[in-house]
Amino acid sequence: MCSSCCNAQQEQVRRFEKVCRILDKHQHNPSRLIPILQEVQKEYRYLPEEVMAFIATSLGISPAKVYGVASFYANFALKPKGKYVIHICEGTACHVKGSGKIKDALFKKLNVTTENNTTPDMLFTVQPVSCLGACGLAPVMTVNEEVHGQVTPEAAMAIVDEIIKKERN
Amino acid sequence: MLTDMQSLEQIKQGYDKTVKPIQYRIIICAGTGCVANGSLKVFEALKKEVEANGLTAVVTLEDCSEGQVHLSKSGCQGFCQMGPLVTIEPEGILYVKVKAEDAAEIIKTTLIDKSKVERLLYVDPAHGQICHTQKEIPFYAQQKRIELGDCGYIDPEDIREYIARSGYQAARRAYAKMTAQQVCEEITASGLRGRGGGGFPTGKKWALTLQQKSDKKYVICNGDEGDPGAFMDRSLMEGNPHRVLEGIMIAGRAIEADFAYVYVRAEYPLAVERVRKAVEDARALGILGTDIFGSGMAFDCEVMEGAGAFVCGEETALMASIEGQRGMPRPKPPFPAQSGLWGKPTVINNVETLACVPLIITNGPGWYRESGTQGSPGTKTFALTGHVANTGLIEVPFGSTLRKIVFDIGGGVTDATGEIDPDAFKAVQIGGPSGGCLTKEHLDYPLDFDTVKKIGAMVGSGGLVVMNNKTCMVQIAHFFMRFTQNESCGKCVPCREGTKQMLLLLEQIMEGKATAKTLDTLQTLAEAVQKGSLCGLGKTAPNPVLSTLRYFRHEYEAHIFQKRCPAGACKALAMPEIVAELCKGCGLCARKCPVGAITGERKQPHKIDADKCIRCGACAQVCKFNAVTGV
Ligand SMILES: Cc1cc2nc3c(=O)[nH]c(=O)nc-3n(C[C@H](O)[C@H](O)[C@H](O)COP(=O)(O)O)c2cc1C
Ligand code: FES
Repeated sequence: MCSSCCNAQQEQVRRFEKVCRILDKHQHNPSRLIPILQEVQKEYRYLPEEVMAFIATSLGISPAKVYGVASFYANFALKPKGKYVIHICEGTACHVKGSGKIKDALFKKLNVTTENNTTPDMLFTVQPVSCLGACGLAPVMTVNEEVHGQVTPEAAMAIVDEIIKKERN
Repeated sequence: MLTDMQSLEQIKQGYDKTVKPIQYRIIICAGTGCVANGSLKVFEALKKEVEANGLTAVVTLEDCSEGQVHLSKSGCQGFCQMGPLVTIEPEGILYVKVKAEDAAEIIKTTLIDKSKVERLLYVDPAHGQICHTQKEIPFYAQQKRIELGDCGYIDPEDIREYIARSGYQAARRAYAKMTAQQVCEEITASGLRGRGGGGFPTGKKWALTLQQKSDKKYVICNGDEGDPGAFMDRSLMEGNPHRVLEGIMIAGRAIEADFAYVYVRAEYPLAVERVRKAVEDARALGILGTDIFGSGMAFDCEVMEGAGAFVCGEETALMASIEGQRGMPRPKPPFPAQSGLWGKPTVINNVETLACVPLIITNGPGWYRESGTQGSPGTKTFALTGHVANTGLIEVPFGSTLRKIVFDIGGGVTDATGEIDPDAFKAVQIGGPSGGCLTKEHLDYPLDFDTVKKIGAMVGSGGLVVMNNKTCMVQIAHFFMRFTQNESCGKCVPCREGTKQMLLLLEQIMEGKATAKTLDTLQTLAEAVQKGSLCGLGKTAPNPVLSTLRYFRHEYEAHIFQKRCPAGACKALAMPEIVAELCKGCGLCARKCPVGAITGERKQPHKIDADKCIRCGACAQVCKFNAVTGV
């Protein structure tokens, strides 16, 4: 057997090992599906299809049920996300303070859309969200968990440029 | 184990003894707003400066000795606009907009020279008066902070601090001295109404659940706070998590439940962390456990993180979500009180509702009724945002007027550049996607559950978004419609399809493609969705449309009949114009215009023909002199 596919297999086993640990922690209880998916997503940063199938089998429920739950909630990602996840707030307070312009500027600069929201180099994912709960500082955007308040399109560009510069070095 | 009053007292005394030698306490606001503005850097810088001046800085309260300086982080202090905020006790000096670079001057001037750094004090823009302490600042002076009282002061991660301020004494009283019936009666007598939106009397809800015979009952604390533009629950969970937990315990006592879930939305990682820590700390002291305050009763609590669905704020959907299902609502009855989580009787209350409970048990229903109105007793927190000078978190008695909130506390309405403009007020959106608009004519109405409902809006969770005259109300209606359409879970047809069609109609209006019939269709459809939807999401989704139609019909009509957006905000209706003074007559725009709508002599100001113009904006893009406006 070639070494590359052996590596791939080992990688598979290791992947499920982590999932098993999470499943054990929740005693394979199907009503814990959401916390299980959340923890799995923390590991992989998204929910790979084969992992969801594995979870379904282990919990004794159908893969359709797992997929149904995963696709219902906005926080579950079914596709891999970029290294930097930018949330731009589209909540009421941010909306009236012009967050739409920031979203447009980010989409244009990173060449992404609502459907295709991750850059091909897997560096950025841009996701409009409905409220970040920092409305006093509207308009708000977050990069991973860092909150930026009173953002202008120019400031947003500067934040993105800064990251790109850092990643290049 | 904490089994009686004695132990709470011991902790309190132990704490008091520990802090006694402390000379100064510096409180740095670590609410989300201030952190975003760099308050954690300020914290580090202050700590360094304290030490550089030969003083000892303590961060965790263990064995303090004479003359030390205690640095602590608090939850949101409310005045987000002016953050980062730094308060120095005992005098209560409040510094605003503090930067890390200011640390040296703050420590030297305040702690060493015993004076004040004038330039960092708040100046009331209306009178130019310098405010030395929080109490002197009009933003705070006009409020009545009961629920938020300790929020911006105590260290939310230190349970001893909560106990030292009489924390958990109400829970102790409820468990050791009162019957379940008595707890329900006290809350009923206080007139407390649910803050989650509906305003349902809390005592009544509890009494109904207490009546149910069952081997298992649950309490759920609803911290989903999905209404965009609201962050009161977040601030409470982050700023005073033990108060919320104590309220949950008392709810458990009242309905004879022994387990609670706290459901917190995923966008609030810090709130999740703080409430989890509060639960662990309470468990470690035996406040949560199997024999609470010697009563022989058990109570425990689990924190669950939401996964991003607005509809999960609805009680039946939330319970489905805890059970591991898609968060879809189901028809009521049966009500959660009869058949809730896993079919068991369940009480579900909002975070803020529960945070009021310990205060009522401690101070009595009579005290609670001293604020607010007959029908809506107590105070209400609001998130004041949008085009207003002082954005932030406020608390006022029910029955306060909008004028007081927007102008006295909020400091007035701001224009596009952020300057205060006395004539810019247009409307306040209240109650989020389920709510409506309050306009100039409502400025002097008392804000309480029933009055606001009569006007066609609702208090909801308490988001107040102030809008100035450059805001297009059709766009606002469209904004909320897009939100609810997006968040509709898809279970029932009126909501799933109705919101989609309403959204399309609003888009037609904004794009100038609507006809005289559009408004009638919109109105009929709105009423159908209101009547036919399964849950509160659909039933209330048309509210923003109906409310704007009621108070701003002329704006809709201007879009439809004159193809004009009075606020000048709708792109498709924008009318490009050439400013004669700036136009040099180079002719570039005329050559670029794809429909030949621009004419003019060389070296003379050009003109755009409104009938021919397709508003593509090409002219504005090529003009080297920025002479084209309105696109
Ligand atoms: C679509 C929808 C969203 C809701 N979102 C919330 C919410 O985010 N937080 C909340 O406390 N209540 C929310 N509610 C109200 C809850 O269903 C429930 O009435 C409330 O939590 C009861 O608590 P209370 O009696 O303390 O107000 C929502 C209701 C609907 C219909
Ligand atoms: S509306 Fe943007 S943070 Fe709340």
